[in-house]
Amino acid sequence: MVNIPYLSLITFLPVLGMILLLFIPKNKPEAVKILSLLVTVIQLIIAAFLTMNFDYSAGGVFEQSSFQFLEKFRWIQLTGISWLGNLKIDYFLGVDGISMPMVLLTAIVSLIATISSWTIAKHIKGYFAMLLLLNTGMMGVFVSLDMFLFYIFWELMLLPMYFLIGIWGGPRKEYAAIKFFIYTLFGSVFILIVMIGLYFSVQETIGNTKVFTFNILEMMNQSNYTADGILSPLNPYNLRFAAYIALFVGFAIKIPMFPFHTWLPDAHVEAPTPISVILAGVLLKMGTYGILRISFPIFPEITIQLSWYIALFGMINILYGAFCALAQKDFKKLIAYSSVSHMGYVLLGMASLSSAGITGAIFQMFNHGTITSMLFLIVGVIYDRAHTRGLDDFGGLASQMPVYTGFVTVAFFAAIGLPGMSGFISEALVFIGAFSNDTTRITAIISTLGILFGAGYMLWALQRIFFGKLNEKWSSLTDLTAREYIMLIPLSIIIIFLGIYPSAMLGMMNTSVNSLVNFITETSNIITAGL
Amino acid sequence: MNESLLINITLAVLFLPLIGFTFTVLSGGKIKKAFTFEVFISSITLILSVFLLYAKISAFVEKDILFSFSWINFGILPKWGELNIKLGIKLDNITVIMAFVVTLISFLVHIFSVEYMKGDKRYNRYFAYLGIFTFSMLGIVFTDNILGMYIFWELVGLSSYLLIGFWFEKKSASDAGKKAFIVNRIGDIGMFAGILILFFTYHTFNFNEIFEQMSAGKIPFNSDFWMTLTGILIFMGAIGKSAQFPLHVWLPDAMEGPTPVSALIHAATMVAAGVYLSVRIFVMLTADTMLVIAIIGAITSFIAATIALTQNDIKKVLAYSTVSQLGYMIMAVGVGAYAFAFFHLVTHAFFKACLFLGSGSVIHSMHHEQDIQNMGGLRKKMPLTYISFLVSTLAISGVPFTSGFLSKDGILAGTLAFGKLTGHWLIPIAAFTVALMTAFYMFRLVILTFHGEPRDVHKFEHAHESPKLMVIPLIVLSLLSLFIFYTPNPVSPDQGWFLSEWIKTPSQVVPENSRFDFLINSAGEQTNHGKIIHSVEYTETLHSVHYPALFLSLILGGLGILIAFVIYQWKKINPDAITAKIKPLYLFSLNKWYIDELYDKTFIAGTLLVSRLSAWFDTNLVDGIVNGSAYVIKSFSNIVGWFDKYIIDGFVNFTAFLSGFLGIGLRRLQTGKVQTYIILVIVSAIILFVFFRPF
Repeated sequence: MVNIPYLSLITFLPVLGMILLLFIPKNKPEAVKILSLLVTVIQLIIAAFLTMNFDYSAGGVFEQSSFQFLEKFRWIQLTGISWLGNLKIDYFLGVDGISMPMVLLTAIVSLIATISSWTIAKHIKGYFAMLLLLNTGMMGVFVSLDMFLFYIFWELMLLPMYFLIGIWGGPRKEYAAIKFFIYTLFGSVFILIVMIGLYFSVQETIGNTKVFTFNILEMMNQSNYTADGILSPLNPYNLRFAAYIALFVGFAIKIPMFPFHTWLPDAHVEAPTPISVILAGVLLKMGTYGILRISFPIFPEITIQLSWYIALFGMINILYGAFCALAQKDFKKLIAYSSVSHMGYVLLGMASLSSAGITGAIFQMFNHGTITSMLFLIVGVIYDRAHTRGLDDFGGLASQMPVYTGFVTVAFFAAIGLPGMSGFISEALVFIGAFSNDTTRITAIISTLGILFGAGYMLWALQRIFFGKLNEKWSSLTDLTAREYIMLIPLSIIIIFLGIYPSAMLGMMNTSVNSLVNFITETSNIITAGL
Repeated sequence: MNESLLINITLAVLFLPLIGFTFTVLSGGKIKKAFTFEVFISSITLILSVFLLYAKISAFVEKDILFSFSWINFGILPKWGELNIKLGIKLDNITVIMAFVVTLISFLVHIFSVEYMKGDKRYNRYFAYLGIFTFSMLGIVFTDNILGMYIFWELVGLSSYLLIGFWFEKKSASDAGKKAFIVNRIGDIGMFAGILILFFTYHTFNFNEIFEQMSAGKIPFNSDFWMTLTGILIFMGAIGKSAQFPLHVWLPDAMEGPTPVSALIHAATMVAAGVYLSVRIFVMLTADTMLVIAIIGAITSFIAATIALTQNDIKKVLAYSTVSQLGYMIMAVGVGAYAFAFFHLVTHAFFKACLFLGSGSVIHSMHHEQDIQNMGGLRKKMPLTYISFLVSTLAISGVPFTSGFLSKDGILAGTLAFGKLTGHWLIPIAAFTVALMTAFYMFRLVILTFHGEPRDVHKFEHAHESPKLMVIPLIVLSLLSLFIFYTPNPVSPDQGWFLSEWIKTPSQVVPENSRFDFLINSAGEQTNHGKIIHSVEYTETLHSVHYPALFLSLILGGLGILIAFVIYQWKKINPDAITAKIKPLYLFSLNKWYIDELYDKTFIAGTLLVSRLSAWFDTNLVDGIVNGSAYVIKSFSNIVGWFDKYIIDGFVNFTAFLSGFLGIGLRRLQTGKVQTYIILVIVSAIILFVFFRPF
């Protein structure tokens, strides 16, 4: 059997599409759209294929052999460049139970975003080219197992995102775009520094020689650390603690974690609907994914040491985000702050360092991706028609747009965490996990207040926009179009299906999460014992 | 008759209403008669649950039928052990009786609504919502585990939200729906925290498994305090759902929903779910938890009764009476009168549903008039509504030969025994005072609505008896308010099949040292009063207070009715004169103890304040720092830019300028004339010679 490089295919297909797209003449915008749609459809088919062939019993996390759809070869090798020694970078892709749900999520959200982009009118070719490039960046982050490669994809996303907000955005698009760009770049610098630090601390054995490496999995192996590496636990003067904080800040900006979250409301408010969908649906997950993939297993002892603080910030995100959302007057800003609140659950679940909590966190990442995508689409629907997003500008839309209201109700109650919808399961697992750990128990208890305030801002928004007497100004608004149905129905089905049958996704993560939890405990013990 | 058949029927009873909902909500916009499907489903559900009741009681009266399946199975988890979340069904006698009550009232409400809601523009959707409500409520009834309870608990919350705000064009209706959901969530947070403690301790959500481990001596964090706290936290769910003080404020507002909905959800079934939950967790309640429950119940029933005395909206009176009666049931759980708590739940469901539907019938015929001050004399116009309403009022007032007499008397006796055994006399005192007040305000309601002369003649003229589909449910429900369905002996429920055979108080499973002494088992011992479950002392006390309680309740009930007649029927005393004398008290009651105002000023205003502060903090401080640092960097780079332009580049330019300047000066030397150059050469040579002196 020929080994088909599925992961490369799913990652670089959009770039391929982008190159093809450049050959399409400018006067055929429909062809551009259809090509992009085709690319994302194929991408989703591949993702579905991968999901179906995914081996639930393989752990991954730290063990190369149990990663799936593996691709590995030497990408850059420079021998003997002065003090650098042998520079070696691998093209190393693979998925496990932590990244597989994210790959699937990326494929789903990209497709939805492409459909949602149908109404883009300005510079269509450029827009879709950027969208496809962004797609590659996102996919690449989730499948890379080499930190250098990871970083390249991480940075690759910035550029298209900057233009997508800066050119196709709202009135303050320049401000929002530059804020997003600089803020994320600021975080990337930290990641870069830690990455270089790790490179000079970890040596992989190839044949008989030891060479420095960017391989993430090798960085988890304690026997690979050099005695005097700056981030080596063997070095009594190591800077692992500082590096952890730096790395965490780099990722936290993306989540976004309080107090690094203020770029998010601005970016969302200015971004066009499909970009908001991608931003909330996929980009926010990269921060928490990075923490799970890199921070936790490479620095397990510090993770345990700081888990209380991570949970604390999770709690702050949940409550602070909810309070801020309660005070908003702009529909889109409200949803943006609700994202801050919901990502808090992910932090809380991860901090519990328990299987239930981390499973809940990953599931929450997926669910937040689908639910928030739906919420931003919903905002888009009304903004397209009314050209305003003020919560107090509406009223009584339920009688004017009953079907739309039905979808809004589904999405809102999913966000509130109503049982029967996917969000409930992930939040419940997060709480079970966080409660089971002595360290995070108090924060878990306090965070349950988030359930209450979440219902508060959501239902209040629902009432202000949809209930009451119909504001006559809006009596000409039309209900959903076929294109909007195509986006909202699948998302609703996913949300309800995973609420009723969560095992469909939880089974995928189970083995990997268990092996991550075990790995963190064991490795941390080894490191602390070695000191 | 085998068990798997019963399980299959149970599943059918549970999921049929969901099918009804799905079909009706999806096709409601296109098919005009979609609601008939929902009504049909509701009748099938009723028939099946009657069969279920019959089969369970006749074939398995002593046996619980269990069924469960693995919902989310994680296998063995590190640091935890096996994590397998199961859902399932538990059929005991309480379950099947409750399922019958729910499906019967649901069916009657469906029938009633066909007429009542006629002409509504969202007619089909209304029936769809009834379907999802019935589904969720049955879920609560059938579940064998507390997670399932919580799941359906939230879902009834959703259907309640949808139905209260059904007429969402009215701001008061959408406000009320939102309030109901959010206030309930406060209780739910407590319940959720309690569930977390239970799951963390026992690694299962299943009631039976939790109770087994508990009776083996395992309690949360090995401490009585945590055991008590867990009980109270879970009970918080009941405080929310059953509208107990201090979370009772949502229920009166919920009357904004259509009246049949008030009958089904906000009187008979959903609000009783809290009592049902308390009954389910009865065995794990410590003495302290029970005392808290009893006190909450007593306070609630007292406050609500005092408010009901002065209300003039027919539905508001009934709403407060519901809160008060729910307080009774909760109090009954707290004092250990387990069986009577559930018994009262059932009898109350029927007579309160009848009262609400009766009020619906009145409101319907009076063209949406709800103020009893504008009614009067309707007895002649609506004889059937009147008679059924009267029977139910007799039942709620505890008049002999009604079901309410039996269940209420049992609760009163339970509180009296509790007072005697523990010395907490305030609880029986509250309970008996409430009995007096209930009889009074209910008859005040009947007299003002149906007796005397019409006060709004115009509306009275147009009033008429409601159509058959509305009257039949009233008659069925009022018949069920008679004693004969529960016991052959109209004064002693203990000998009836309901209590002696179907519902038995289980023994508690909490460690004995944290139980009330009187609830410590001496199972198997025989006394004159048959086999007992709890201590001999308790049984004796209950027996000894039976007749005193009965007479006292009869006297107080009679007195309440008498006062109502004296004031409102015979008009011997002018009510205005009394209210004028006790104006502050009257206003206090009329304004519902100002509890809503208090919450508005404290919790709601506080939350909004915090949220505005957060938003301000976020834009001005957190984001301020971001923008500020951007500003600082920009300013710094401006300085650097200036330095670069004027100092560094200035130096460069100065050098260039200098060379240029020198160049301009020296240029003059380059005249192009040979003579000048010769002179320059000679002069230079001389200078060189002078300096270097080669010779």
